[in-house]
Amino acid sequence: MRYANYACGSMEHRLSRRRFLQQATTTAAAGSAVIGGLGTLASGTAAAELKRNDMRIVIFNMHGGLSQLESWDPKPGARTGGPFRAIPTSVPGIHICELLPKTAQQMHHLCLLRGVNTAEDDHGKGTYMMMTGRRQTPSAEYPQIGAVAAKMLHDDNIGLPGHIIVTPGGGGGRGNEAAYLGPKFASIHLGGDKPPQHSVKPDGFSEDAERRRHEFRRRINQEFLSQRRTAITDAYTHSYEQALRLMERRDVFDVSKEPEKDQQRYGTHDLGRQCLMARRLLENGVSFVQVTHSNYDTHNDNFNFHIEQVGEFDMAFSTFVADLFERGLLEKTLVVVMSEFGRTPNINLYYGRDHWSKAWSIVMAGGKVARGAAFGKTNDEGTEVVDGQVDHGQIFHTYLRAAGIDSSQSLVVDGREVPMADPAAEPIWKILT
Amino acid sequence: MATPVELDIQKTRVAHQWKHDSPLIACRISPAGAQCVSTAQDFSIQRWSIPAGERTVLKGHESWVHALTYSADGSMLISGGCEGKLIWWPILDGEPKPIRVIEAHSGWIRGVERSSDGKTLVSVGNDRMIRLWSIETGEKIAEWSAHERHIYSAAFHPDGVHLATGDLLGKIHVWNLTDRSLVRTFDGSTLYSPNKGQAAEFGGVRTMAINSAGTELIAAGTHKGSNPFGAVHEPLLLRFNWNDGALLKSHVSDGIPGGLLYRTCCLPGEVAAAVSGGSSGGILLYYGKDQEKELHRFGLPSLARDMDANLASGLVVTAHYDHHIRVCALFAA
Repeated sequence: MRYANYACGSMEHRLSRRRFLQQATTTAAAGSAVIGGLGTLASGTAAAELKRNDMRIVIFNMHGGLSQLESWDPKPGARTGGPFRAIPTSVPGIHICELLPKTAQQMHHLCLLRGVNTAEDDHGKGTYMMMTGRRQTPSAEYPQIGAVAAKMLHDDNIGLPGHIIVTPGGGGGRGNEAAYLGPKFASIHLGGDKPPQHSVKPDGFSEDAERRRHEFRRRINQEFLSQRRTAITDAYTHSYEQALRLMERRDVFDVSKEPEKDQQRYGTHDLGRQCLMARRLLENGVSFVQVTHSNYDTHNDNFNFHIEQVGEFDMAFSTFVADLFERGLLEKTLVVVMSEFGRTPNINLYYGRDHWSKAWSIVMAGGKVARGAAFGKTNDEGTEVVDGQVDHGQIFHTYLRAAGIDSSQSLVVDGREVPMADPAAEPIWKILT
Repeated sequence: MATPVELDIQKTRVAHQWKHDSPLIACRISPAGAQCVSTAQDFSIQRWSIPAGERTVLKGHESWVHALTYSADGSMLISGGCEGKLIWWPILDGEPKPIRVIEAHSGWIRGVERSSDGKTLVSVGNDRMIRLWSIETGEKIAEWSAHERHIYSAAFHPDGVHLATGDLLGKIHVWNLTDRSLVRTFDGSTLYSPNKGQAAEFGGVRTMAINSAGTELIAAGTHKGSNPFGAVHEPLLLRFNWNDGALLKSHVSDGIPGGLLYRTCCLPGEVAAAVSGGSSGGILLYYGKDQEKELHRFGLPSLARDMDANLASGLVVTAHYDHHIRVCALFAA
C-alpha cells in the first residue's frame, strides 16, 4: 500500500488516506482510480455496505419558492386560499391542490410534510439550509446533500459522476457544493436534456493520438504528484479520468434514445425531458440527481404562474414517480420535492404571494420513507404550524436515513470528526420505515 | 334608464365608494346604471345599488370570479368562475339565487361577453375552448378549440357575425360565427412578455373591446416585463384597424413602471379607457386615437383590478384590492 504524499506531509492525511484505501479495496475501483478528497470517511465498512445497497437520491428543486397553498397544503375557501380547489388523492383523507391531478393519483407513494418551519426568508440562505441541514455561517462550510450522497452512495466504477444537477439551459460547469468533502464530489451541471459540454472527441484526433495524449498526461501528472500531491491535484486528475469514462458513456445522457411514447408521457417541455434524463441517470447508477424547475418566485401574478409551472410539474413528476415504482427503483430511490421556502398565505395587491418560511411543505417519497402519508399540519389559514413542526436540520437527517445512511455518524476531515448532519437535530422518525 | 350625460374625462372623480369584507376582483355596471356588481376573493358576488350603495351578497361560486356580464335588459347577471361554472342570477330580485348553473369549462373561465343582439353569450378560459350559449335558455350553441394557450379575453363585433378572442401569446383570432371559420389573426404579440431569466411566461391579451362603429379593435395588457415576478412591467394598449388587422397605434404611458391594464372600454370620440393595476397603483387612463400617450389619467385611491363603464350615465366602476368598489363620475359635479 502506498501512502499519499501530500505537500503538507501531515500524518492526519496519511491516516485518513490509509483508512480511505482500506475502504476502497472493497470496491473494484481501489486499484485503478485516482482518489481525491482529504480522507473524509465515516466508516469504511459502512460506506462500502451503502454502495452495495445501491441507494439513490433525486431532488426536485422548485426554485424560487413553490407555494404550498397551490400544491401540497391547499386551503380552499379560506381568506388566504386563493382560487384553486382541493382534490382527493389516491389516499383517502388526503387532499392536494387541483393543479396536481396526476400527482394526486400517485399519493400512495408520497409523504407530505406540511409542518416545515425554517424561519429563513432569504433565497440563498434558505437554499443552503435545505441542502445542507445547517444555517450558513462565516466560520464553516458544509457539503450539500448531493455531495454527501456522492460520497456515501456512489460507485465510481460505473463511469458516471455521482452528483449531477440538471438545470434549464446552461450547463457544463461544476458546482462547489462539496465543501470539505473535496471537489471530487461537487456537482456536474447538465444544461437541460443535453449531454455534458465537450464530451465528444474532436474530429481531428485519432484514437491512437488520443491514447498517446492521455498516456503523456498521466506520466507528467505522476511525476508532479510524486512531489506535490494535494487533494486539489487529486481532484484535478480525477476530473480528467472521470471525463474520459463519461465520454464512453455519453449515450446515457441522450434522452432521444427513450421511446417517443415515454417522451410524450413526461411532457415535451424542458422539465419533462429533464425528468426523463433523471430517470436514465438513476437507472444507470448515478447516486444523486437534482432537477431544477424554475421559477416559483411569484410576488406578482402568483396564480397564473402556478397554473403554468405546477401544470408542467404535475405531468412530469407523476410520470417519474410511477415509472420508478413500476421499474422497482422507488424502494432504492429517495425522491424529494423542495424549495428554499414557501409563499405567504396572504395574497398581496398584485395577486402575488411573497416569501414565507414559517409554515410550508415539502414532499418525500421512496427509500425508507412512509408511503401515502401526510405529516404535520398548519392552521386553517396556513399561517402557522399547529402539529408536526420540522426544520431543515431534521429534514437533512431524514434525507440521509431515508437513503440508508446513518445520519448520526461523523466524517473525518483532516483528522477531525465532523458530524455529517447537525447533531442538535434528529431524523423525523415518524415518517421513516 | 339614466339620463344621458355629456362625458368629460378631465372631470373624472370618485363619486361613491363602498366597502366589502374581502379584496375585490372584478366589477360591472348594469345597462341602466342603477346598480353595479363586484366579485371578491371570498368567492362571493356583491350587488351594489347606485347611488345608495346598498349591498347584497350573492353566494354560489366555489372559486374566484373574473368573468361577468349583464343581459341586455339588465335582468340577469351571468358570472363565470375559476371552478369552471357559469351561473345565471336574476339580479333584480331582492335576494338573487342562481337559476342556472352550468359546468362550462375545465379550469378558469376568464371571460364572458354578450353579443350585440343580446341573445348569445361567449365564454372562454384556460381549457382553450370557446363556447357559445343562449342567454335565455342556457343551451350550448357551439364550441371549438383554436388557441395554443389559455384564452384570456373575448369581444363580439357589433355586426353580430364576428367574434374576437385573445390568448396568453398575444394572438387575437377573429372568427366568423356563421361557420366558426378563422377570418384573420391580429398580431398582439407585444402584449406577451416572457422573461427567459425568470423562466416566466407573462402578459397576454388581458382585455379587448371593439368600438360601436365596429372599425377598431382595442387590445390591452402589459409589456416590458423586465421583472414579471417583481411586478415590474408597463401598461400597453393596442389599437387595430378591424378590417385589415393593421396596428394603428401602440399606446403607452410614462411613469408607470408597475402597470397592467386589466380592462378597457370604448368611450365616444374614439377614446379608449383602461384601468391599470400593479405596483404603480390604480390609475384610470384615457387614450385618444391620435396620441401615443394618454389624454388624461386619474389616480385612484387604491390598486384597481377591473373596471366597467356606463356611457349613458357617465359612470365608471372600479374594483379594488382595498375591498372597495368605487363609482367614478365622468362629468362635472
